[in-house]
Amino acid sequence: MSEQLQKSQSGAIGEPMNRVDGRLKVTGAAKYSAEYELPNLVHAVLVGSTIAKGSIKNIETRQAERAPGVLAVITHLNSPKVPGFAERDHPAEPPTAGQPLRVFHDNKVVFNDQPIAVVVADTLERARYAASLVKAQYDQDKHQTNLEANLGQGYLPAQAKKNPKSPLADYQRGEADAYKNGATKLEAEYVIPSEMHNPMELQSIIAHWEAPDRLTVYDKTQAVIGTQRAFAKDWGIPEANVKVIATFVGGAFGNGLHNWPHETAAIIAAKKVGRPVKLVLTREQMFTMVGYRPYTWQKIGMSATPDGKLTAITHESVGQTSTYEQFTESTLQQTRMMYTAPNVTTRYRIASLDVSTPVWMRGPGEATGAFALESAMDEMAHALNLDPLEFRLRNYTDTDPDNGKPWSTKYLKECFQMGAERIGWSNRKQQPGSVKSGEWLVGYGMGVGTFGAHRGSAKMKAILTKKGTVVLQSATTDIGPGTGTAMVQIAATTLGLPPEKITFQLGNSTFPTAPSQGGSSTVNTVGAAVQDACIALREKLHQLAAATPNGQVFSAAKPEDIVIMEGHLSLANDKLAKAAYSDLLRQNNEAEVEVTIESKPGGSDRDKYSMYSYSVHFVQVHVQPLTGEVRVKKVISCADAGTIVNQKTAGNQMMGGAVGGIGMALTEGAVIDDRYGRYVTKDLADYHVPVHADAPNMEFAFVNKPDPHVNALGTKGIGEIAIIGMAPAIANAVFNATGKRIRELPITPDKLI
Amino acid sequence: MNQFQYMRPTKQKAAIDALAKDPNAKIIAGGTNLIDLMKRGVMTPLKLIDINKLPLNKIEHEGNSTRIGALALNGAVAEDKLVLEKQPLLAQALNAGASAQLRNMATVGGNMLQRTRCHYFYDTALPCNKREPGSGCGALEGYNRMHAIFGFSDKCIAVHPSDMSVALVALDATVLVSGPKGDRRIPFAEFHRLPGDTPQQDTNLAQGELVTAVEIPDAAFTKHVHYLKVRERASYAFALVSVAAALSIDNNTIKDARLAMGGVAHKPWRLTEAEKALIGKPATEETFRQAAEVAMRGAKAFKYNAYKLKLAPNSIVQALKTAAAVA
Ligand SMILES: Cc1cc2nc3c(=O)[nH]c(=O)nc-3n(C[C@H](O)[C@H](O)[C@H](O)COP(=O)(O)OP(=O)(O)OC[C@H]3O[C@@H](n4cnc5c(N)ncnc54)[C@H](O)[C@@H]3O)c2cc1C
Repeated sequence: MSEQLQKSQSGAIGEPMNRVDGRLKVTGAAKYSAEYELPNLVHAVLVGSTIAKGSIKNIETRQAERAPGVLAVITHLNSPKVPGFAERDHPAEPPTAGQPLRVFHDNKVVFNDQPIAVVVADTLERARYAASLVKAQYDQDKHQTNLEANLGQGYLPAQAKKNPKSPLADYQRGEADAYKNGATKLEAEYVIPSEMHNPMELQSIIAHWEAPDRLTVYDKTQAVIGTQRAFAKDWGIPEANVKVIATFVGGAFGNGLHNWPHETAAIIAAKKVGRPVKLVLTREQMFTMVGYRPYTWQKIGMSATPDGKLTAITHESVGQTSTYEQFTESTLQQTRMMYTAPNVTTRYRIASLDVSTPVWMRGPGEATGAFALESAMDEMAHALNLDPLEFRLRNYTDTDPDNGKPWSTKYLKECFQMGAERIGWSNRKQQPGSVKSGEWLVGYGMGVGTFGAHRGSAKMKAILTKKGTVVLQSATTDIGPGTGTAMVQIAATTLGLPPEKITFQLGNSTFPTAPSQGGSSTVNTVGAAVQDACIALREKLHQLAAATPNGQVFSAAKPEDIVIMEGHLSLANDKLAKAAYSDLLRQNNEAEVEVTIESKPGGSDRDKYSMYSYSVHFVQVHVQPLTGEVRVKKVISCADAGTIVNQKTAGNQMMGGAVGGIGMALTEGAVIDDRYGRYVTKDLADYHVPVHADAPNMEFAFVNKPDPHVNALGTKGIGEIAIIGMAPAIANAVFNATGKRIRELPITPDKLI
Repeated sequence: MNQFQYMRPTKQKAAIDALAKDPNAKIIAGGTNLIDLMKRGVMTPLKLIDINKLPLNKIEHEGNSTRIGALALNGAVAEDKLVLEKQPLLAQALNAGASAQLRNMATVGGNMLQRTRCHYFYDTALPCNKREPGSGCGALEGYNRMHAIFGFSDKCIAVHPSDMSVALVALDATVLVSGPKGDRRIPFAEFHRLPGDTPQQDTNLAQGELVTAVEIPDAAFTKHVHYLKVRERASYAFALVSVAAALSIDNNTIKDARLAMGGVAHKPWRLTEAEKALIGKPATEETFRQAAEVAMRGAKAFKYNAYKLKLAPNSIVQALKTAAAVA
């Protein structure tokens, strides 16, 4: 074990290197947003509305104000004005149609548990007690919180109305709704409930006005720069005056991609009391205040020839959003590009309900869409009496049927093969209910996932210190995938340095700009920037070395032969060559050598190729025939995600996604009592995320072939494909075990008996 | 959480005196249920009487019964040699509850006195007759997937969430209590109440009374026992339905039987008629089916819990099959 650990620390790209911050995390030394201790820090607790729609008629705060330790009770009546709120238009960052909730701006209530007051006190307990004393009276309006009762209200998102080329616009390839005339056809509806963000770390913020126009926030976010911009705009101050710190994030999965009312509530509170304010949401508030995967209804029509060629797919979707923001996601993209069907129609709609705004959640859109598409593929395979893997192979496509472009790379067939072998797919019987293990029914299922291989632009600073160590700085975040570790490995490989000589610093808005951490694009984007920055640093060192006394030997060498040593540079092929840092730094007139670069997707590859990551999930489930309990017994996920930078953290990603998929398939779903428009399952006892006992033996395998068109590293992204396709794989396995097709998640025992 | 006073008496009498004197006082044992409810404002005692200093955690065998002190921890009881030997069904039921961490805090007294997990009871913004008599029952026409199919009233359809209690009622346990008027013994089946018009009262414990122990008579239920808990994840969830089954089988004939269900009523639900339907019959799936049918007489479902009308009898059959080791 220890030998293996030792060996694994060479740090080259691909090595299963341990996390650079693993020790900090497991020993509690890693500091999360709520853990900073600032002098004079006080505590804030939010009060939520108890109606879903209407206005506040009266809000009684006197008792709370008189409670021990209370410094302020802030409502719409006495809130310091947020300058940005006054504008008629307060667009979201990143932009969606509509505007985020303007907390304490007016007396309107637009969802149940909307923050209507914040209580600030010297201790958390006192703030919480005082918050329980705030009582509001309302003028209540009739609310709508049930998506299925409001499918008819579904509308085309503004973005698609404006731009018919938007991926959200209606899509047609070939003939519209051609499935209706198909030889073998099916038509089915699929429903997923709202799934809630429940990362281990609760959403939290410490807001500190260091001066009337200088704000520092320790904030749980996936976007330090986005957050900086949003708050600068809100408060009408220069971006440079807003500092956002998110050094460690305890899981986010998308909920940190948007700024939420509680953040602004804390900033308002800090303004009001003139002291740093800490606000940590309760677990119940996580269900209403930080977004969720939206309740979505889908319908698929599909037809195929008797020999298993898809002729048409129609895929429609209606997802819920709030009344104040148009949240959209790419639910139907996979249907357009995954299979060869000549006739494809997609229609994406959203419906506004009196609920809080949804947000991206791991595999956003695609995980939802894949549940319908990959279930329907299984249904069609069954109708045709074809093995579902064979059916997919018959409709496999080597070019993107959406736009006719070649794939940048696609090794999905390799994934199929690896996965089928490892799960023992040949043991699957076409006839449902034919395999048993003791009293339990045994079923096998598969589901395919895909997600665009995106790359954005990022800046990066690389610094060589006198000790021969390199520090990299970027305003990206690490919400758990091991970003810092991957970046160290990329730098170590590029510079030929051992990983312990490299530090990657992130989660701070004063560092060079990077995009938010989302859409599986961080390694593609920031990883490329690390590589570029290291190359630039080496080139600069090369130039500086060449200019030192006796530098001729360096000027004759190539930049990539530069070797960084303690105290001096040397050359790979000439160990005697030496350029002392003191000489270099004198040249440079600085204490350190530093470069800052911007790394952008270059060339025309984006126009020439379609770029996607792929996964396939194979599962084996057991179903108890009398009680309807489902246990996932085996998971094999195989991915084509380009170059794998770290086998271990990449495996962690796949594992987390698989467990998330088990939750999506079998246990998760938040329930609203529509009479009150209020969630009734809103804690970890009532809303079931999988526990360890639900996570079976899982194996993960990567094709690990570079995609030369996404970036020079060849990475494509893993985070999303880890979950996309997992829920239908389980639903399909349940069908194979029982003959019961469940089209509404989660697949709980009551649906199977 | 409201402000409260706290005391930690070392004498049982002091605890009972304090409790009897103050209707706003509450006992705190492991605190795993009470503190949760206080944080949400569902329970607002003005005084907490911490009984952890009282010598009430013994597990012993005396005469023909096992006696377990009210402060014995769920985890300790489940692993106790005596319990495993004499009352393995109880150990199984305890291990099916909560998580290892919780079982290491939760006490036997606290477990039987834990309150319902009804969503409407937990949310002070919603109506609940149990929390606030007269405010209405939110579950009756609301989200009642977890709710009762037996013994409910139009005031309350909540279920009792304890696993341990299902085993104890099956095993004919007795609750030992001590109060201002002295000690008394309450048969476990009479300890919890049906909601009727007073759902705010979970049990027949009188004001000022302290649970000191439970007693379980020895019986021939050591081999053919099974506690089946059906839930949607493999662990750490309350039961949709649970079944405590204990059989004494001789020559494939059922000599004696005990059967109770959890997750179906306001109290752990003993199935005496179904037991009668088992006794004297061969231990076969056919017999178990018939008993399950008897067990379900009088069951009635609501909008979201109709599945229990099928899940409950299926679970009875499955639990009996496992207990009897009938494949
Ligand atoms: C997340 C979670 C999951 C759980 N899952 C399960 C489960 O699956 N199955 C299950 O059965 N339980 C489950 N539980 C409940 C758990 O079993 C109870 O919380 C625990 O048994 C209560 O014991 P305690 O000692 O902590 O009680 P406390 O919280 O201290 O007290 C509970 C109540 O009992 C009263 N009380 C305690 N002792 C006495 C006494 N000796 N005399 C008189 N009154 C007394 C208190 O006043 C209070 O009203 C779960 C709990 C949690 C938090």
